[in-house]
Amino acid sequence: MTEAHPALAHHFSDIEQQREANTLGMWAFLATEVLFFGALFAAYLVYRSAYPEPFAAAGSHLNKILGAINTAVLLTSSLTVALAVQAAGERNRNRLLLLMAATVGLGILFLGIKGFEYFQEYREQLIPTINFAWEGEGAPQAMLFFTFYFFMTMLHALHMIIGIAVLLAMIFWAWRGGYETDDMPVERFGLYWHFVDIVWIFLFPLLYLIV
Amino acid sequence: MTTDTQPSQSHRSPRIYYIVYAALLGLLVLTVLASFLNLGTTWGVLIALTIAIAKAILVILYFMHVRESSRTTWLFVAAGFIWLAVLIGLMIVDYLSRGWFTV
Repeated sequence: MTEAHPALAHHFSDIEQQREANTLGMWAFLATEVLFFGALFAAYLVYRSAYPEPFAAAGSHLNKILGAINTAVLLTSSLTVALAVQAAGERNRNRLLLLMAATVGLGILFLGIKGFEYFQEYREQLIPTINFAWEGEGAPQAMLFFTFYFFMTMLHALHMIIGIAVLLAMIFWAWRGGYETDDMPVERFGLYWHFVDIVWIFLFPLLYLIV
Repeated sequence: MTTDTQPSQSHRSPRIYYIVYAALLGLLVLTVLASFLNLGTTWGVLIALTIAIAKAILVILYFMHVRESSRTTWLFVAAGFIWLAVLIGLMIVDYLSRGWFTV
């Protein structure tokens, strides 16, 4: 009788089924996340349609350059994650560690840039309920734009923080050889990370570029 | 049955990832340039959304390996977005039917 794959769990008939379940399970979770962020995007688009000028005026205060740089940072981190998943599949521990570390670095860089943007917005008095001050017309609508901006980007940043924390734990586990026989957790994590990147791919143009 | 089934992404050149990455960066440049055209809110949103959807499709098919995945996986991927379409579609119908926004 052939030996079962070392990573095969008892409730799966073969490793292929387990691999499929790994993928389906994460996608089921990601479907809930699509709806979670999707509802926020929908609400944002409704109010943008209702108040195009104040929203455009408010949006022009966002730092497009930093936003674009951050988008490039996240796209690069998706590349490093995809390469990391491949390295895990090839059982290349050193390459896996390097790519996971690069992903963490890029994630932290993203959060740093975002934090700097938030600091700039604080200085310009654009934070609703904390120090919002608006010259001219459309102040309530402009504050609504910034409510959406801060809530959506902070929710995204929270997903990034969780991802980085999990990835740090996975780096430690990978260092201990935990993915020598089973790369499925790395693949699963990759799906989550790519999804968070996709959310930003939509956040950037809809918040920063429609003016 | 083999004892150690290799996942589908091993022994494959990473070239496809670099190509998709370059395409994603290109689309990023495109979306930033398009924002300078000042086409107004409606067209601006449409173009930005189209480019964003193209980027998302590239990430989903290639980085997330959906292109090599089973039909069942495709179904799970599609399901999330289909429900999102229902959410947005019925919401738009709701607002349009009240006459709050004109198209």
